[in-house]
Amino acid sequence: MTALLSARGLCKEYGKGDALVRAVDDVDLDVAVGETVAIMGPSGCGKSTLLHLLGGLDRPTRGEIELAGSRVGQLGERALARLRRDAVGFVFQAFHLMDELTAAENVELPALLAGRSPRAARRRALELLDRTGLADRARFLPSALSGGQRQRVAIARALANDPAIVLADEPTGNLDSAATLDVLRLFDDLHRAGQTLVIVTHDSRIAATADRLISMRDGEFTDETRLTGGTAGSLGKLAGLEG
Amino acid sequence: MQQEVVLAMLAKEPTHGYELRARLKQALGPVGEELNAGQIYVTLTRLEKAGLVTARPTAGVQERPDRKVYELTAAGQQRVAEWLAEVSWPRPDLTEFHLKLIAAAAARLGDPLAIVDAQRRELLRRLRDAQRAAMAESATSDAALLLEGIVLRLQADLRWLEACERTWTTRRSQS
Repeated sequence: MTALLSARGLCKEYGKGDALVRAVDDVDLDVAVGETVAIMGPSGCGKSTLLHLLGGLDRPTRGEIELAGSRVGQLGERALARLRRDAVGFVFQAFHLMDELTAAENVELPALLAGRSPRAARRRALELLDRTGLADRARFLPSALSGGQRQRVAIARALANDPAIVLADEPTGNLDSAATLDVLRLFDDLHRAGQTLVIVTHDSRIAATADRLISMRDGEFTDETRLTGGTAGSLGKLAGLEG
Repeated sequence: MQQEVVLAMLAKEPTHGYELRARLKQALGPVGEELNAGQIYVTLTRLEKAGLVTARPTAGVQERPDRKVYELTAAGQQRVAEWLAEVSWPRPDLTEFHLKLIAAAAARLGDPLAIVDAQRRELLRRLRDAQRAAMAESATSDAALLLEGIVLRLQADLRWLEACERTWTTRRSQS
């Protein structure tokens, strides 16, 4: 199993002396190609900070990260920005779409920034919107879309440069039950297509779609479990049909 | 009254019947209001017959059930340990799980947080199954609605486990 992303002894500290907070405390993590890993924990456990470190949005106090063959700690700001743009797709709770751009324009933006031709970028954007079930919404502004649709646009945008890994921070945090199911379906499709995914969340629904689930408390990993294989029992039982 | 619950409350130390009842009342608050002494003594007598507890009268006090001191036998200890390790979600019975955490902590038989983790793994597997089934349904199918109900229930249970985790994490760091 090749690790696409690995972290060793990762720490992130804030403050000093008595006020020192270890948001991430000596974390080791390996994510294999094609794997979906969910990191779950209560708010304030450090999971968002960890995701930011993994994606090179923030630098660790200590520890090493290797992402898609690059040692992140050795990269300067420019090289790091390039790695983020080319290798990582980010999905956030609050979507972070540009309000004055249409869905298609939002999705093509990362490809344009990466130097692709406007035509190629647009073609790719339309493909991705089709894949996320939004082909007929390409010309809509985010304000004309529902929360679930906005998040699907954001996911399409995250895929614009065919990233090696998608990092998602509470992607269903702002969504109702039906919209959550749409986003879960989409992540499931990506997973089947071999996309590597790391999701931090406190939504148990999205965590339950992962291959591997890691629990985090006070900056540390406290439990890890594989959810694939084995089944917990019949659905009939869950619905109260039997025993 | 579930036998394992009474057994687990005895796991900390040998106890009088009335003390046992006080422990349960403290753990359950208003939920345990309907708990009457009779039920507890009936359960204790059954447990004694089953060889899971022994009872001895307190010295110098006339023989009354609430004056007996109850103690777990080896078989009783074993039964409690098995009960703590079980992860079958007690469907309507959150109380049983709640008492499991309290008993585990009080008798130092197990780490409440480890019990929470084990339970969460089990529930997440169920949620995964229910959700896969839900994703496979079209939005308009009748079954989709039922599956959504199952998913929402499991989610509620998982949220309560989060609350259990928070509380027991705080307690552990205070002790």
